[in-house]
Amino acid sequence: MAQRTTVTVTVNGQEYTREVEPRLLLSDFLRHELGLTGTHVGCEHGVCGACTVLLDGQAVRSCLMFAVQAQGHRITTVEGLAPGPDPEQLHPLQRAFWEAHGLQCGFCTPGILMSMVPFLEENPDPSEEAIREALSGNLCRCTGYQKIVEAVKLAATMGTRER
Amino acid sequence: MKPPPFDYYPAESVEQALEILARFGYDAKPLAGGQSLVPAMNFRLAQPAVLVDLNPIADLAYIRPTESGLRIGAMTRQRAVERSSLVAERAPLLHETMPHIAHPQIRNRGTFGGSLAHADPAAELPAVAVALDARLRLQSPRGERWIPAADFFVGLFTTALEPDELLVEVEIPALPRRTGWSFQEVARRHGDFALVGVAATVTLGPGGTMERARLVFLSVGEGPVEARQAQEALAGQSPDPEVLRAAAETAGERDIEPVGDIHASADFRRHLAKVLARRALAQAVARAQGSNRADPRP
Repeated sequence: MAQRTTVTVTVNGQEYTREVEPRLLLSDFLRHELGLTGTHVGCEHGVCGACTVLLDGQAVRSCLMFAVQAQGHRITTVEGLAPGPDPEQLHPLQRAFWEAHGLQCGFCTPGILMSMVPFLEENPDPSEEAIREALSGNLCRCTGYQKIVEAVKLAATMGTRER
Repeated sequence: MKPPPFDYYPAESVEQALEILARFGYDAKPLAGGQSLVPAMNFRLAQPAVLVDLNPIADLAYIRPTESGLRIGAMTRQRAVERSSLVAERAPLLHETMPHIAHPQIRNRGTFGGSLAHADPAAELPAVAVALDARLRLQSPRGERWIPAADFFVGLFTTALEPDELLVEVEIPALPRRTGWSFQEVARRHGDFALVGVAATVTLGPGGTMERARLVFLSVGEGPVEARQAQEALAGQSPDPEVLRAAAETAGERDIEPVGDIHASADFRRHLAKVLARRALAQAVARAQGSNRADPRP
């Protein structure tokens, strides 16, 4: 019988307690235990970036962490970006992706958003080169990245406007 | 894929981690940032029965000044090393190397000591640790010992660490006066494993000749590879472009034995090694010459 451990994590501001096997990846914990399927699972070895979430505000791969390691920590997933489902409630970054058509199939989008949120907080006026470098840890197989880069640029200007 | 089952032991202190490691021996593996171990477990290439999680050990994450160098705790996140002004000032070669390591999302979690202990031949930090003459502090229930980085890496994913030992700290000495540095690598995409990389330092003597040069490659062998023949050829010479070019040629031809794989042939790796070594030596020399004028120290 495999060991089971109790883990208490705050996800998008809400505290959850679950009993899990230590081998459960944080990505699978979010999707299967909490039903937060916005976090996508692509490669499960840290290359594609689809599973990126914020751990205490910093972007990390949720497939390269065990859920038990999140004990006592704060996780933000893509579901935590917008307070509600209405278009006007979208996070400025989400609105920019919508307006600039920064996605096609959308599989990589949650990971890209979660990577770009802390990036834009730290770099409110990034160069295109910096944006492309910041996106290098997220694979998109549809867009060729052009529209994603434009969306991030647009988000940067929207962010400045709102401040 | 999903990782195989294991028993999980979060350690609150180094002593507790060592006690668990001693209890389970070869069945146990320390878990640092997990950015290499967890993928290996997801692929089931690694199937440790017990994981000892070092992440709760808060007092292994620090960057402290010594008299003229640095000490970095093994669990310091790579992102913290990248952003440390102390590292930028006292270990500029390390500072310049950090952004080449994977992606920000990986560096947020990956640790300085974890990368060294994992000893991936394609990793940047082992080569830089050797080039900087870093010393590593290993702790076990039997006590502690210091080991030079050059002796720590013994082969493919293999270090001098015993199963009951933990890497707890790395000491990086200050660069000698009139020393320049450079880090160069070629990767297919930013953040990918490098096809070839090289860390270089050059120390100039009183007459402007090269007193000592270090040239340490990654991704061309079973661990960090010091280009000994090239280093010997450079010592005592004047840093002329022709001398640097010849040494880079020696490094690529005689000091390394790269193998070909799906990413690059052995010949292409040799070619890259020569080009990168030449660029690295030239930049290191230029910086050493510049520091001659700019160095405010007596």
